[in-house]
Amino acid sequence: MVKGRMLQGARAMAEMCALCRPKVISAYPITPQTLIVEELSQIVADGDLEAEFINVEGEHSAASVVLGAAAVGVRVFTCSSSQGLLLMSEVIFNIAGMRLPVVMICVNRSVSAPLNIWNDQQDSIIMRDSGWIQLYAENNEETCDLLLQAHKIAEDHRVMLPAMVCCDGYVLPHAYEIVDLPSQAEVDAFLPPYDPIYKLDIDNPTTMGAFADPEKYMETRYMIQETMKKSLSVIEEVARDFGSSFGRSSYGLFEKYRVDDASTVVVALGSMAGTIKDVVDELRDQGEKVGILRLICYRPFPKEALYEALSAAENIVIMEKDISLGGSGAVATDMRAVFYGREACPRISGFILGLGGRDITVDDIKTTISKAQHQVADADFVGLKEDLELEGING
Amino acid sequence: MKITLGTVTHPGGSRVNKTGSWRTASKPRFKHQACVACDVCALVCPEGCIFGTGQNTYYANEDYCKGCGICAQVCPVHDIEMIPEADEDG
Amino acid sequence: MVKVEERDKFNDHLLASGHTACPGCGQSLAARLVLRAAGRNVMVVNSTGCLEVFSSKYPESAWEVPWIHSLFENTSAVAAGVEAALKITGQLDRVRVIAQGGDGSTADIGLGAISGMLERGHDVLYICYDNEAYMNTGIQRSGSTPYYARTTTSPPGKVSLGNWRPKKDVPQIALAHGIPYVAVASVGYPMDLDRKVRKALSIRGPKYVQIHVPCPLGWGTDPARTIDFARLAVLTGLYPLYEVENGELRALKIPKKVPVEEYLKEQVRFRHLFGKEDRSKEIAEIQSIADQNIEKFGLIVK
Repeated sequence: MVKGRMLQGARAMAEMCALCRPKVISAYPITPQTLIVEELSQIVADGDLEAEFINVEGEHSAASVVLGAAAVGVRVFTCSSSQGLLLMSEVIFNIAGMRLPVVMICVNRSVSAPLNIWNDQQDSIIMRDSGWIQLYAENNEETCDLLLQAHKIAEDHRVMLPAMVCCDGYVLPHAYEIVDLPSQAEVDAFLPPYDPIYKLDIDNPTTMGAFADPEKYMETRYMIQETMKKSLSVIEEVARDFGSSFGRSSYGLFEKYRVDDASTVVVALGSMAGTIKDVVDELRDQGEKVGILRLICYRPFPKEALYEALSAAENIVIMEKDISLGGSGAVATDMRAVFYGREACPRISGFILGLGGRDITVDDIKTTISKAQHQVADADFVGLKEDLELEGING
Repeated sequence: MKITLGTVTHPGGSRVNKTGSWRTASKPRFKHQACVACDVCALVCPEGCIFGTGQNTYYANEDYCKGCGICAQVCPVHDIEMIPEADEDG
Repeated sequence: MVKVEERDKFNDHLLASGHTACPGCGQSLAARLVLRAAGRNVMVVNSTGCLEVFSSKYPESAWEVPWIHSLFENTSAVAAGVEAALKITGQLDRVRVIAQGGDGSTADIGLGAISGMLERGHDVLYICYDNEAYMNTGIQRSGSTPYYARTTTSPPGKVSLGNWRPKKDVPQIALAHGIPYVAVASVGYPMDLDRKVRKALSIRGPKYVQIHVPCPLGWGTDPARTIDFARLAVLTGLYPLYEVENGELRALKIPKKVPVEEYLKEQVRFRHLFGKEDRSKEIAEIQSIADQNIEKFGLIVK
């Protein structure tokens, strides 16, 4: 472990990516992912990573390149955000359906229109149906930790599904943080070489990507669904292994911060949990029994574990940076399903914050918690600018 | 039947599918009179189901022959003719 | 005398029987001939389309070589990834990579990915099976559909005479990328096709080979005459066969020009040009395309 280096997030993530020894990397530039791939480019150009770095003409091709390379049986990496992730979405679903353990970092950014390059989590949330494992990081060091674990989880023969590590754009990759990164030897000990179950091989030819008629397709989806459920225990197992190998905790499915005796629990993904933890501490000092459950593994959705962790709470306050337009927040929708028809039935409120990089302030969080303790909210937007005239809505 | 991860399948499995059953109208008859073993019929069969080891030995595997008629059309010595499917002689 | 054992060494059956292509399908024949030329040490990346659908219905596969199908427009990108993985694991001297698709996948939806792959110089042979429409989805117009051809999305009607644009010249687009080898072949000339594929595979770097393949269903032609129609397209000058190796052009000469009517009149997709109305002006326009090709490529032996 190399400790105490002050690194820009993107640099730390690029170094971690290189330590995992991908053989083929392909990416297309999009803000705010660019710094990561630029750092990786330099690492390859300096001969510090033996890999093919393919500068493609678009994200659809970036994902396709890593799909092809993974099919030959090598470890791969790609990275994107927002419009790029949407453009490659067809390939994202394809990779999961083909059971190729591709790993990527999604640098979370809002989606157009209007064009906005700042952070929210809409992009990766949109991909929640795809069959990819999704892990959300709070800080740069955790992004790196989850990246290493993601390769191990994805390549596990009990899983063989792709995995996406999500980190908040600008907030994480662009920020400087003191990180401890493992050495190459430690990574090699933790993450063995990729051992594919099926691959393209002239000595043992296979046909990959056959089409499935109605008599067969449904079973393939059932297989992925069941595998995702089984992956929950693999994710926890790998987190425990990480903890014992590297001497620092990796929480597994979620991190509980002052949750056990809390009557009000906030649920959130990613970096905003940091601010929420500060608010929790402040409210606790004032005698309020508040906590935050930071969800790390969003897909597969850990229904049972969440029920166990939250069934004693009276109020669950979901704060999320996404909205399924015409419906509710995605995380809130999933959380409500956890409790439906069960014995425990806390009041569940959903709030939408921080879209398009809108700042999430301590006051926003306090007001939201207070609001949720008095009435149930469906998908209330927090932090809207009161003085703006909105055509067709209030003016 | 097993559904593999990612519907990966192994080579040549299509051979269980006997496309010869598609023929309704005609099938090739190799007359074995003027054949010069040029091998072109075997070359141009889209099913790859024509075989032969020398002059006047060529035949189409009727399990797979779809009766398209390309072989009869290309034979330079007109030694292949398309006959009705029902014909016993073929 | 060709013994069966000897001929099997020629890799005649790397596309196995039992595939569900239409009887007389030009593309299935061409694909079989391509593999025959390429041999076992290839990895094939295939786009969605007729060739993929009739050869890879789970769990039956007609492919005796490693083969992967991903999506419709990313064939070249997937092939680039396959090539990169082979390169980094030191296998590229033993294994060749072929990316293949139809004209829809090539001229239209996949053109961006092809351009990227060619521009980056990947050691991949791209093969386009040109049957001049989106045949797998039911005969819709593509950028490669010829002038005045009937397709379901360019039908002749009260105010239309069929496809209103000439073919997109993809070989020239490929050439513009400065790649070492571009060739146009036809299933009507199987040995020329074979030679061009072998030639392409002997060259390192990006290559493009386009193969004209009649589609009996889509063109409305007699399945037995697939090879005849492919030859007529060449002999009229409408489908010039040529190759460009490192900038040097060689074209397949035709002994005598055949009038385009000979080619067009027995195809249902051009039948509306031979009905009650006088379409000699339109036929003359098609003839001038053929004449321009003959001029441009020096096709007639003088």
